Amino acid sequence: MKRALSYLGLAAVAVYCLAPFYWMVVSALRRPQDQFDNGPVPSPVSTENFRAVFGGHNDFGRALLNSVVVAGITTAFTLVVGVFTAYALARLDFRFKNAVLGLVIATTMFPGVSQLVPLLKLFTDIHWINTYQAMIVPSLGFALPLSVWLLTAFFRQLPFELEQAAMVDGCTRGQAFRKIIVPLAAPGVFTTAILTFIAAWNEFLIALSMVNRKEMQTATVAISKFTGVSGMDQPFGTQMAAGVIVTVPLIVVVLVFQRRIVAGLTAGGVK
Amino acid sequence: MSTEVNTEASPDVGSEVTGVSRRATARSPRPRRSGGRRGERRMAALLLSPTLLVLAMVVGYPVVAGLRESLYTRGSGLDADGFVVQGNKFVGLDNYTSIFQGDRADAFWNAFTNTTFFTLTTVTLETVIGVGMALIMQQAFRGRSVVRASILVPWAIPTAISGLLWRWIFQADGAANAVLGHQVLWTADGFPAKLAVIIAEVWKTSPFIGLLVLAGLQMIPREVHEAAKVDGASTLQRFAFVTLPLIRPALLVAILFRMLDVLRMFDLPAVLIGVNQKSVETLTMLAWFEATNLRYGSAAAYATLLFAYIALIAYLFVKLLGADIIGEARQAREQARGARKAAKR
Repeated sequence: MKRALSYLGLAAVAVYCLAPFYWMVVSALRRPQDQFDNGPVPSPVSTENFRAVFGGHNDFGRALLNSVVVAGITTAFTLVVGVFTAYALARLDFRFKNAVLGLVIATTMFPGVSQLVPLLKLFTDIHWINTYQAMIVPSLGFALPLSVWLLTAFFRQLPFELEQAAMVDGCTRGQAFRKIIVPLAAPGVFTTAILTFIAAWNEFLIALSMVNRKEMQTATVAISKFTGVSGMDQPFGTQMAAGVIVTVPLIVVVLVFQRRIVAGLTAGGVK
Repeated sequence: MSTEVNTEASPDVGSEVTGVSRRATARSPRPRRSGGRRGERRMAALLLSPTLLVLAMVVGYPVVAGLRESLYTRGSGLDADGFVVQGNKFVGLDNYTSIFQGDRADAFWNAFTNTTFFTLTTVTLETVIGVGMALIMQQAFRGRSVVRASILVPWAIPTAISGLLWRWIFQADGAANAVLGHQVLWTADGFPAKLAVIIAEVWKTSPFIGLLVLAGLQMIPREVHEAAKVDGASTLQRFAFVTLPLIRPALLVAILFRMLDVLRMFDLPAVLIGVNQKSVETLTMLAWFEATNLRYGSAAAYATLLFAYIALIAYLFVKLLGADIIGEARQAREQARGARKAAKR
């Protein structure tokens, strides 16, 4: 009895999480003329919506490329900078350590729009509007604290006694760091990379404000601005198909590295 | 693994001290303790500076520039001699006072109320549903990993995409109305629009709270529950007096982060309902709208007010409920200090 109840509960949780996503997939696979059909499975199945995503005025391939560039560079940069800071915060003992940690957290709480307004004005003045750097630079404001915070949480769990042992055995501090700590820290760095990439990939406000030319839009902005053939009604079928294209790779990555990501989320406690 | 490290580490602690002292005396005549500390401090400064520099540029500078911006107004005016003057003009607190006058006061208080209302409702619902999910998953015998995987799906979907998805579900002839068997105009301006935003937001983020709480639940030793059971505590009592206090720290941090996130909400109402819709306009949307219309001064004033509001809420939350965000760090530091003392002895 208790077992049956627990399965029922699990099923309820799974349905709650997956039903809307399932609806997105189903709607994407309908023919455009069946769009308002509310049946639970598409019949007949059609890839017309997916073809529409890349055809016509939408130019979605370019938008995907833009997203990869912006999120990729943001992630790479924050990791390179963040790794050193996180190492210092996790490993070294110095004054102001809590102050620095507090500052990093305070910046994650910062409302994006109060960073955006002055930067929008500045970038207009220096003609950065419609460039990648106009999206990457503000993104660092949320991506860098996030990755420093996550990396610090991971690095704290490392067995630093091993590093000391290596130094006793004659390694310099740099060697000990490279040969002992880096390989052990790699999984945490990798998880942080995934989480930061997802955060940057999902960004909307900055990308929406810093760009007004279509060929520079990132995927999330481009999808929200899709126009139908007639131009007036919202092309939901195409938008759902584009949503599936943007989301499925993320979900696959998330499922493959599920354990790591859960560890990262619970260690960091931030989004 | 861990016992192995420990047995190896304990003799090492003694030899490490001698090792350090040997190197220190070989390299410099300075007394060993202060030399090591100073080196460590210098290294910390070196390692921290890139991050602090970047944050100063991409966050620190905009804060200061935004504060300055909010005291200026842009545009052309006539000077005393009747010439057109272009550029920024210092106007003091005019940008702030004009927010609280006339029609714009209504718009501000409407956005303020919406933001607060969304924060209270979504965070409450998310916490209740998230804790419920975590309890269900903890009770599970099998299939927990499958459900944990599905819980990550709403989290991974970009907010803007989930806004579109829910806009589609909430269409007049969409799935929500078909399920309800009742026509509700969700995406028109009105109370159902608020409800639509709340539903979409709770759907996306309550699994996340569930995940955090589940991690907290799994750290509670089973003996604690068994002891409470032996003492005659009912299921409800065990939840209220054993489980909740033990997951409280993790839960408070999660709630704080969620609150700060909802307070700056933009993507979801903007995509799901649209900008400039009275029923769902938030403070971020108001500031954004001003900025895209090139009224930077008043946009900066809105943004500053939002910033102050968020800072106030964060401060009150930490003060009143004692959410200890960097407590873990402090603890780790004290442990390290204790270990060093022990090693010296």
